Amino acid sequence: MTEAAVKLVYFAWVRERIGLSEEEIALPPEVATVRDLLAWLPGRGDGYAAALRHPDVIRVAIDREHVDHGQRLAGASEVALFPPMTGG
Amino acid sequence: MPAEPVVRIQAEDFDLAEEVAKLTAGRGDVGAVVTFSGLCRDEAGTLAALELEHYPGMAEAEILRIARQAAERWPLTGLVAIHRHGKIEPGGNIVLVVAASAHRQAAFEGASFLMDFLKTRAPFWKKEHRTDGTAGGWVDAKDADDRAAGRW
Repeated sequence: MTEAAVKLVYFAWVRERIGLSEEEIALPPEVATVRDLLAWLPGRGDGYAAALRHPDVIRVAIDREHVDHGQRLAGASEVALFPPMTGG
Repeated sequence: MPAEPVVRIQAEDFDLAEEVAKLTAGRGDVGAVVTFSGLCRDEAGTLAALELEHYPGMAEAEILRIARQAAERWPLTGLVAIHRHGKIEPGGNIVLVVAASAHRQAAFEGASFLMDFLKTRAPFWKKEHRTDGTAGGWVDAKDADDRAAGRW
């Protein structure tokens, strides 16, 4: 089975803890939803584990639109992970 | 047809009077202009600056989406939203919303709706820089902001 490559982008303290602002990752086939991704990423290292310790607070956008954690990743080209927004 | 909102995400400062003038110049149908400016507070002298991070592309698209909802819901003659990014010192401008309408209620409500959703939906984050040189943290999102957005 081919693995789908997706661009992941990180903001604010998620970016700082992971230590990257973006990366391209080939996701294994069992990572089908946003929730799967948030559970799988911490296995990549301590920074990811620290950033995603409380996955419920992490907000996600797929191709620059807000989605909930049940959203499927199929067809996504850019997945963004970030804390709740504090602009304004 | 609803007015097409103007949305800008920029590092540069903005001029409130200039934005108001652009919405009212040469027209006789505007009876009310409501403006909201969000400024950087010094937090009793402890804050040296706020650093505003945003998601380029999504920030503008998301505010435009919210602004279009406001323009469909209230009879606005014009709507402007400007949000700055980068380092902003106390007293500096962060955000501006200008809503113009024939009557005041639509202008008040349109501006208020836009701000409530901008705060909870637009991808911006604030990091504090403190005057004592210690590392400031990221500003926490407030439940009150979600409640404010929920009332609409």
